[in-house]
Amino acid sequence: MRVSMDIELKDVPGQMLLALQPLSECRANLITVLHHHQKRTPRNTVPVQLVLEIRPESIEAIKAKLEENGIRVVRVGEHRFRESINVVLIGHVVHTGIQDTIDEIDKTGFAEVVDISLSMPGIDLLSSALIKIDAVGKEDMQKALNILKEVSAKKDLLMVLPIDVQA
Amino acid sequence: MKTVRCSIIGFGAIGQGVAEVLLMKREYLESIGLDVRVVAVVDSKGATVNPDGVDLADCLARKREKGTVALEKLTGLEVIKSVEHELVIETTPTNIKTGGAGLQNMLAAFEMGRDVVTSNKGPLAMKYRELVETAKAAGCRFRFEATVGGSMPVINLVNEVLAGNNVRSIKGILNGTCNYILSRMIEEKASYSDILAESMELGIAETDPSYDVEGIDTACKLVILANAIFGLDATYRDVGVTGITKITPEALDMAYKNGHVIKLIGEVSRDRIHVAPRLVPINHPLAVGGTLNVASVDTELAGEITVTGKGAGSIETASAILSDLVAIYRDC
Repeated sequence: MRVSMDIELKDVPGQMLLALQPLSECRANLITVLHHHQKRTPRNTVPVQLVLEIRPESIEAIKAKLEENGIRVVRVGEHRFRESINVVLIGHVVHTGIQDTIDEIDKTGFAEVVDISLSMPGIDLLSSALIKIDAVGKEDMQKALNILKEVSAKKDLLMVLPIDVQA
Repeated sequence: MKTVRCSIIGFGAIGQGVAEVLLMKREYLESIGLDVRVVAVVDSKGATVNPDGVDLADCLARKREKGTVALEKLTGLEVIKSVEHELVIETTPTNIKTGGAGLQNMLAAFEMGRDVVTSNKGPLAMKYRELVETAKAAGCRFRFEATVGGSMPVINLVNEVLAGNNVRSIKGILNGTCNYILSRMIEEKASYSDILAESMELGIAETDPSYDVEGIDTACKLVILANAIFGLDATYRDVGVTGITKITPEALDMAYKNGHVIKLIGEVSRDRIHVAPRLVPINHPLAVGGTLNVASVDTELAGEITVTGKGAGSIETASAILSDLVAIYRDC
């Protein structure tokens, strides 16, 4: 699971090591570190943003170890969705029930339609939609796209996928 | 000096391009030890034959003035069977349903022990295995770079220049008409049918554009790549095909604002042959505009190699035919 974590370090040497040791001990994979040394908190500490890949059960242990080391953990947020793609749909997107199309993806639990742009130039003309789908992982995205493919075939919609996705 | 006697079967835009290029390149060909002598030129109305070599400039002038090169009532098949020569340059119009006259011409050429260089996709998309095996059994050379991507080298690039590499996939734009239509729809924010009409006026799209815009032409080229590069025994029926006729200017506009263009992308690998409109990032190597063709070859050792070039045009296609001719006779 991918997790973002905001922590605060005291502005004295050796603090970063104290912050990273617990991550290593809990086998967390550090994806990004943003060390905002110029920014100071009202407490005169240095804010640091981390993104980690960890097992969910390790979160509490990491928090506890960081706090043992005197590091304040301000926020822990789950990055649930790691995959995101745009898909274009062309056809009678609205009249064939766009809500239903979105629901088919959303109800999977592992993927969601998170954005949609829609253009309906005229009653007799084809509509076009650009939808953004987020999914937990690559395989889940592929499953979501397979569902969308079935729905599109049923509704006679043309689905235009990104070039790097298996069609 | 080695004399190569050849026939040009089919004297439309491409056949005439071949004649022009052979005239242009006579000195070059002689410099590499080749005396390329065209002994027969055939179009749909008949043939010009001269065992000592026809005058190509004359043929081109006669075609322009009279609409035909014919001086004798002979068909391509009759010329292939009765006139002595080494190489058949097959440039008749393509037929993807039966392989058409091209298929009969090529098979007859092999039967007579003649080599074949062609730009004609139909026979290869329909009967690749049969053609290659017949050529092999007869000890004939058979090359067809011009069938895919016009002047843009793909088949020879992979099989010769990149020899030894395993190819994982080839993706690209293999139809200039579709590329032109989609590029112009973005520029003009105009409908598919408006730009199609413009393309027809400019001669970029055929009077019956369905072969291009429904993705059939791209599919045929993929079949040739699947067979010639991946060693498959595929035919047109093995390809998943979606064309560009449903693409709207609104979809192109939304995609563009999102950093993408929509292109008709052909894709071939060992287990998949597929044609469909796809979203391509604006700065992606495959996002070329106008009538250009482009192909990206994903190889095991060399990584990704991308080539782009003119996919149609008589001189451009003749360039690929010339390179095949030179490759066959230069070192033998």
